[in-house]
Amino acid sequence: MKLIFKRKLKLKEIFFEKIFALCSYLSILTTVLIIYILATESFQFFKQIPITDFLFGTHWEPLLEPKSFGVLPLLFGTLLIVIGSALISIPLGLIIAIYLSQYASSKARRIIKPILEILAGIPTVVYGYFALTFITPIIRIIFPEAEIFNALSGSIVVGIMILPMVASLCDDALQAVPKSLKQGGYALGTTSFEVIKGILIPSAFSGIISSFVLAVSRAFGETMAVTLAAGATPRFTINPLESIQTMTAYIVQVSLGDTPQGGIEYQTIFAVAGLLFIVTLMMNLFSNYIMHKYREVYD
Amino acid sequence: MIKNNLKNRKKIDSIFKVASKIITWSSLVVLAVLLYHVSITGISKLSLDFLNNFPSRFPHKAGIKSALSGSIWMLTFVTLISVPIGVLSAIYLEEYSKKNRITRFVEINIANLAGVPSIVYGILGLAIFVRFFQLDRSVLAGSFTMSLLILPVIIISSREAIRAVPKSIRLGAYAVGATKYQTIRHHVIPIALPGILTGVILSMSRAIGETAPLIMIGALTYVAFVPETVMDPFTTLPIQVFNWASRPQAAFHEVAAAGIIILLIVLLFMNAIAIFLRNYSNKKYDF
Repeated sequence: MKLIFKRKLKLKEIFFEKIFALCSYLSILTTVLIIYILATESFQFFKQIPITDFLFGTHWEPLLEPKSFGVLPLLFGTLLIVIGSALISIPLGLIIAIYLSQYASSKARRIIKPILEILAGIPTVVYGYFALTFITPIIRIIFPEAEIFNALSGSIVVGIMILPMVASLCDDALQAVPKSLKQGGYALGTTSFEVIKGILIPSAFSGIISSFVLAVSRAFGETMAVTLAAGATPRFTINPLESIQTMTAYIVQVSLGDTPQGGIEYQTIFAVAGLLFIVTLMMNLFSNYIMHKYREVYD
Repeated sequence: MIKNNLKNRKKIDSIFKVASKIITWSSLVVLAVLLYHVSITGISKLSLDFLNNFPSRFPHKAGIKSALSGSIWMLTFVTLISVPIGVLSAIYLEEYSKKNRITRFVEINIANLAGVPSIVYGILGLAIFVRFFQLDRSVLAGSFTMSLLILPVIIISSREAIRAVPKSIRLGAYAVGATKYQTIRHHVIPIALPGILTGVILSMSRAIGETAPLIMIGALTYVAFVPETVMDPFTTLPIQVFNWASRPQAAFHEVAAAGIIILLIVLLFMNAIAIFLRNYSNKKYDF
């Protein structure tokens, strides 16, 4: 009797463990499916368009005759946004993090931290609206030659969007530096600024860099804000006042139209999304790698 | 000479301190500017009619009834799908899994999934749920897609909550003869619950604001009715906002701003619950 009860209990244990395990393996299935779908559809695409034409072509005109499928304009558009937003969010984010972890009183921290969280939680479409109706008009006052949709406005708003992320990740990295190191610095008679420059930042360097990479990867995949603000003209340009198109914005543009399934236009979005996936995956892995490889471990 | 140098060093320090303070606070002003700009643009359009009307070609008649109900429908199903799976995965990874290569692989995989651009999930949803399972542009297809998107977030935050439960609680349960499942079910989960719920609510607020994946599965259509079954087409708040914001007429921008106000109110409400839960859990268990 007791034995049967014990066996039942044991079976129940195993049953639940298996169910739990199954759930966690679902995440692997998701990754496999993403890769499978992007690979098979892109394969169909590359059967018709040589991969070199795709990667090195400088004209992106997949919807109108004569069609051409060079992804460089989309890539340049994306890079314009990424670089612009990184120029805003990386220095500002690091300075905010330094202020939070070094200078701010605990009262100021209690105000700033939730505001950063709220900023991080605002939907990207709201930022897109903000760029279109607030930032762009200001840009057009300063630079009258700017187009209604322009890369600058998109960069600024994506920079604002990823700023809270940079700030809170850098803050975490700086907080993780042991107090004893800081106090050691102060004991030698250094000022706060010197402690930051000479001790805090070098100690937290891996965390800081990995947060930068994550932020850049986020800017790379950002969709709604750039679709609304930066336009839909794939252009091979580095002028931030012109309208451009990012890879993500192109995917949105195709899915908004009535593109029949199976056509080459439909397959382009998989090729572009495949490129997007590979680039962001590399950056995420790289960020993870720096984080673990170069982390200074303190007891 | 040395004294002078010290003066200089202190000067640099205080300049940097003031500069970083100014930069930090002025960055936060952005939030105020954003809220102010949206409010003054949208407040005039905000009325009961706006909540009760369907989208329209005419800005003065446009409302968000179908978008609001679509968001609620989707959120309900996303919760039903993603919360059980996410929490169970987190339990497995924290409590059961051995520290071997497979576990490490699953962990890296989840971290990477959290960083995959949302539009890629949209493409996944388009290929799997819309085309392969023939769910079309339904509430169900959207909910499945969105669930996959927020699963990594739920898993990561639930794991943190479970990890925060002290080991002594588990050892105490084992000591009186509880099995592993009983320990988790009766001790670990109840204590970790407020933390888990906080994470769940924050990921739900992410789901409410996401636009790109739903546009990919074709949810941006003219929907002038409230979904009645899970197979009905639907639209959501951020999609409606995108639709209005992308039109050239200024009148539609005002409608978009009104939609944003509703969206932000919903989000603030959810965040408030999350903050309340966090404070509650901090007070109740003080280890």
